[in-house]
This record gives sequence, structure tokens and C-alpha cells, in this order.
Amino acid sequence: MYAQMVETGVERVQVVAEMAPDERAFQARIDADIKIEPKDAMPDAYRRTLVRQIQQHAHSEIVGMLPEGNWITRAPSLSRKAILMAKVQDEAGHGLYLYCAAETLGVSRDRMIADLHAGKVKYSSIFNYPTLTWADIGTIGWLVDGAAIMNQIPLCRCSYGPYARAMIRICKEESFHQRQGFDIMMALCRGSAEQKAMAQDALNRWWWPSLMMFGPPDAQSVHSAQSARWKIKLLSNDELRQRFVDQTVPQAEYLGLRVPDDRLAWNEASGHYDFGEIDWSEFHEVLKGHGPCNRDRMRMRIKAWEEGAWVREAAAAYAEKRANAPRPGPLPAMRGEGDRRAAPVG
Amino acid sequence: MTSDWPLWEVFIRSQHGLAHKHVGSLHAVDAEMAIRNARDVYTRRNEGVSIWVARSSDIHASSPGDRAPLFEPSNDKVYRHPTFFPMPEEVKHL
Repeated sequence: MYAQMVETGVERVQVVAEMAPDERAFQARIDADIKIEPKDAMPDAYRRTLVRQIQQHAHSEIVGMLPEGNWITRAPSLSRKAILMAKVQDEAGHGLYLYCAAETLGVSRDRMIADLHAGKVKYSSIFNYPTLTWADIGTIGWLVDGAAIMNQIPLCRCSYGPYARAMIRICKEESFHQRQGFDIMMALCRGSAEQKAMAQDALNRWWWPSLMMFGPPDAQSVHSAQSARWKIKLLSNDELRQRFVDQTVPQAEYLGLRVPDDRLAWNEASGHYDFGEIDWSEFHEVLKGHGPCNRDRMRMRIKAWEEGAWVREAAAAYAEKRANAPRPGPLPAMRGEGDRRAAPVG
Repeated sequence: MTSDWPLWEVFIRSQHGLAHKHVGSLHAVDAEMAIRNARDVYTRRNEGVSIWVARSSDIHASSPGDRAPLFEPSNDKVYRHPTFFPMPEEVKHL
């Protein structure tokens, strides 16, 4: 999940009888599956929660470019380099779709970026783990993008129109990411013993953090309950995690890799895999900023932003100069320009 | 930090002869940059053959509050739909 533990600002979920008339009307629209659009009236808490959630999601896409971008020059072949570059470019695109969606709620792009850099807004815990070998890039595509798809497909039906539309675009592009990751894993697992060991080592390190991506069990969380009521969270963290495990274990078996969980076992009665306890203390430490790479990721992100400052300034100066340049009067050769302009653009 | 660049709305026409369709928005200093960025952000997979960009501030929209007066009058003109007129089964090509 790219947005984890999103605060809703409520202490408990209201029952309908407690709601003010406008809140009740809003909830009725949500319950009737009518999409909420930017100019529609909406409760402040809904707006603020969405800004937090979409923003966290956008930042995850952008920060997620760092561990992968780092491997472009070291990818093992020209074809792998080109593929990885296309994937990283997609992640930038996904971040941009999401920033646009958040902006429709009245928060500026600069504000969001400043909040990320100031550490005021989170991004997914998963990007604070290091990518030590080429197999990590395969594992990220396979597991991390796989987990992201699992979370994002239900969000295509979420109540906020611009967010749902961004999710639809993202989901269309995301399955390429997962497949390219699995393709890397297949190549390694069919390769030498050393290559296969590398794949196993990457799975050992990424398995548990991938399960943590879905966030802690949310049965007790008032925020999850509120988000579910607003239909900006459609399935619980545990439901999504279980689906992910059920889908991924047979894929690991195909690769001939062992999932690093001694308690993992098929449960005939439930029709699902049982799996071991997740170490939530690690998750909370990483989220607080004490993961292996938190500081490094933010340092790189801020460096990229600062080193790009002159480009942004130059572009703005150029545009201003062009806008202020005296326009030449109409020349005989340009007659007809007016006619063209009058025609519809269609 | 720079101040925010203007926001542009992006419209793409796909290859199949359909009209331009709104796909999203982006920031750019001018129209030329907006088109270049739209190409990278919204057409990485052959989504279109033509791009329009318009400054968001130049787009005027109907307001949600006007929904009823704007759109409801068409509800009582059901005869605008062909299904309003039942046709005898033996009559063809209508």
C-alpha cells in the first residue's frame, strides 16, 4: 500500500443520526456511489484526509524512483537498462497524476513538495530499504509493484473522481512493472546457482517489508473505519495482505524460491495461506524515520530538487521574456491568420 | 523554491477518430512546455495523435449548484429518445 495509516482527524465514526444535514447529504451521495468532484461541497475532514492520502501516495511514487534509478547504469544489459528507465519514467508520471489529483482539492504543488522535504508528510515505508543487488530490482517489481496493484485496483472505484481517474491510468501501466520484475526473477532463477542464491537473498529481505506495505491490522483503527465510510479505502489492510500472500506464494513456488516464513502453510479449511506474525515494531521504526535508508532518500530527494532550481528559474525567466516581447504587427504574408483563429479547434 | 508555474489542462485525441478528451493537468511555464510535458506525462504508450493544452484559469465550468436547472429540464422531453415511439414489429428498418 502506498499510503499507510492515513489520519482522518476524527476520534470516532459518527452514526448518521449525529450528522449535520449537509454531512448526511454528503454521506448519502457516497452511499449511492455518486462520485465527488472538485467543486462539490465536501466535509473539511474528507478534504483534509484525501489531501493527506493522495499526497502520501504521490510522494511514494517519486521517492520510489530513487532506489530503482540508482540501478539504471548497472542493469546487466542494454535491454534491461531501457526497460528500467521506462519503468522509472512511469513512476514519475504516476507521481504527477497524483499531485494533480491532490491539487484539485486546493493544495499547491510547491506546498506538497515543501512538506515532503520538511518531513511533515510520509511516503511508503517500503522505500526506506536498500537495493543491494540486481535481484532487488526484480523483487521490487514483483512484490512491491504487485502489492501496489493490489491496493490500487479497488481505489479505481473510490469516491473522489480525480483520484479514481488517476488510479485507472496508473493501474493500466502498473502491470508492466510487476511483469518486468518477475521476468528478472525468472532469468535469475533459471541461471547459475549464484544467481539463484541472489534471487533467494532478495526475497528473504523484501518479503516481510512487502507485507508491511499494507499497514497494520486495521480492525481497531478509527481512521480506517472512517475512510471506509467515505469510500476512500475499499478493502481492509488484512484483506489486501491475505490476497497478496495467496497470489504470491504460488509464484515463488514457480520460481523455486522459499518464502522466508516457517509458519507459512496452506489452510485447506479457509482456502487461504496462514502466515507468521509481522514484526510491527520494525514497521513503526521505519515510519518514524529510523529505517535503513530514510535519511539517504530524503537527502537525495532534496539534492535533486535544489540542483534543479536553476532549470526551473531559467524556464520561468524565458517564459516571462517571451510573454513581454513586443509582438510584431500583422504582416501581409500572415493574412488569413484571423480566419484560422476564428474557426473551432475541433 | 520557485512560485508555482501555471496549471494547464491536457486534452488528447486518440488514433480512433474520437474527439479530444480531457486526461489531466500539469504545470508548465508556457504553452510550448505544456505540450512537451504533456507528451511525456500523458502519451508514453501511443495514447494519442494530437494534444491540446489550455490554461486551467481560462476554462469556465458550470457549477455543481446549477445542476438541477441546467440538466433536469431535459428529463421531461423523453420524446427526444427514439424508444419513446413504439413501432409495430412487422415494420422493418425504423
